[in-house]
Amino acid sequence: MKKRSLVSIDDFSTEEILKILDLTAEFEKEPTQKLLEGKVIATLFFEPSTRTRLSFESAINRLGGKIIGFSDASNSSVSKGETLNDTIRTVSNYCDLIVMRHPIEGSARFASEISKVPIINAGDGANQHPSQTLLDLYSIKKTQGTLENLNIFMVGDLKYGRTVHSLMMAMSRWKATFNFISPEELKMPDEFKLYLDNLGLKYYEHNDFTDIVSRADIIYMTRVQKERFSDPIEYEKVKNIYVLRDSMLKNTKDNMRILHPLPRVNEIHQDVDENPKAYYFEQALNGVYTRQSILCYLLGIK
Amino acid sequence: MKEPKQLSVSAIQNGTVIDHVPAKNLFKVIQILGLDKIDTQITFGTNLESKKLGKKAIIKISGVYFEDEDINRIALVAPDAKLNIIRDYEVVEKKVVVVPDSITGIAKCMNPKCITNFEHVTTKFRVVSKKNVVLKCHYCEKMTTQENLHII
Repeated sequence: MKKRSLVSIDDFSTEEILKILDLTAEFEKEPTQKLLEGKVIATLFFEPSTRTRLSFESAINRLGGKIIGFSDASNSSVSKGETLNDTIRTVSNYCDLIVMRHPIEGSARFASEISKVPIINAGDGANQHPSQTLLDLYSIKKTQGTLENLNIFMVGDLKYGRTVHSLMMAMSRWKATFNFISPEELKMPDEFKLYLDNLGLKYYEHNDFTDIVSRADIIYMTRVQKERFSDPIEYEKVKNIYVLRDSMLKNTKDNMRILHPLPRVNEIHQDVDENPKAYYFEQALNGVYTRQSILCYLLGIK
Repeated sequence: MKEPKQLSVSAIQNGTVIDHVPAKNLFKVIQILGLDKIDTQITFGTNLESKKLGKKAIIKISGVYFEDEDINRIALVAPDAKLNIIRDYEVVEKKVVVVPDSITGIAKCMNPKCITNFEHVTTKFRVVSKKNVVLKCHYCEKMTTQENLHII
């Protein structure tokens, strides 16, 4: 069998993405299946990311696989100065698949070229994090019943947020309309708007929440981080504009759901959590099923 | 007074002449084509007058003919280069360089956080724009534009 890795969401065709989403639905019905019995999966986290690592490890455990790896480069051979090249070539002898997170961009693509076993990119710096995109797609499809022709609102840091960039590019396969709500300093970069222009897709930009959210099918919230602002006063001015509160959801559509890649700080007020339109914790649960299906697909088990 | 009629760089009997190389990129062209490693006769002139380029360089390589694929590798540093294929002192064919669809191992990725700037990884790019060259890194997926282009 040809070795297949998942480094960037574009590595998968639309058919493959839909197949992953179908598999994910199967795992949601039956999460505990001993499909990875006898398999060893390495989780190499060269930078800490507790949430992503636990989600992958939960997925592996529910499938009966064994895990080796590290959660922080400081207690691995990397701290002795080993190159990524050597780490990957060595560890790929010990396991059937590698899940890796690394702060350097392009590290996962490089690893996929030198590894004997498939690589799943669990984040390479600001570049790609495809399992997040797939779980977002699953959450959208599950709550809306379709991926076609949806109105997607993206809120917060649209400049540096790799999650929103990947999701936007992925959703453009299904003719979405986009509304971008962000402070001036954190607007969606031109290269992505150009991408939508070339596909003939519609998008609208706003500086704050308006009545237009009543048209949303999905509101995708992200964190506005203080350190992204060159001028701290600018941050102080905008920090409360991008906080979603329960009272703002009154006129929204019944099918509308709020997503967030988590961790949340204060951009979604806790009074939203009990609203049936809040979906971010279920979204995190969907992450486990999605990772189960990615693992099984790449290993040729499903 | 009659102007002395002579060639700045003497003619070759058989081989390839690469003309209209920007003078400042002469040594990059030599490096990209590996001319420092071949053992036939090579002559070049640089800082020659050129209406189009200001200062140009010309390289004459005896006994060597290049595949298009190889010669197109210089397109990033000498986009206006003209090639004359010489057989028995006659120009038998003229060629221009064409920016290829992908570039391996010539340019540096401008993203300081790219893996190619940390480990021994040969750079690889897809050419997304040929007119004003824009390269997309195969690894970090970031764009490198003409003005930020550095040749390794």
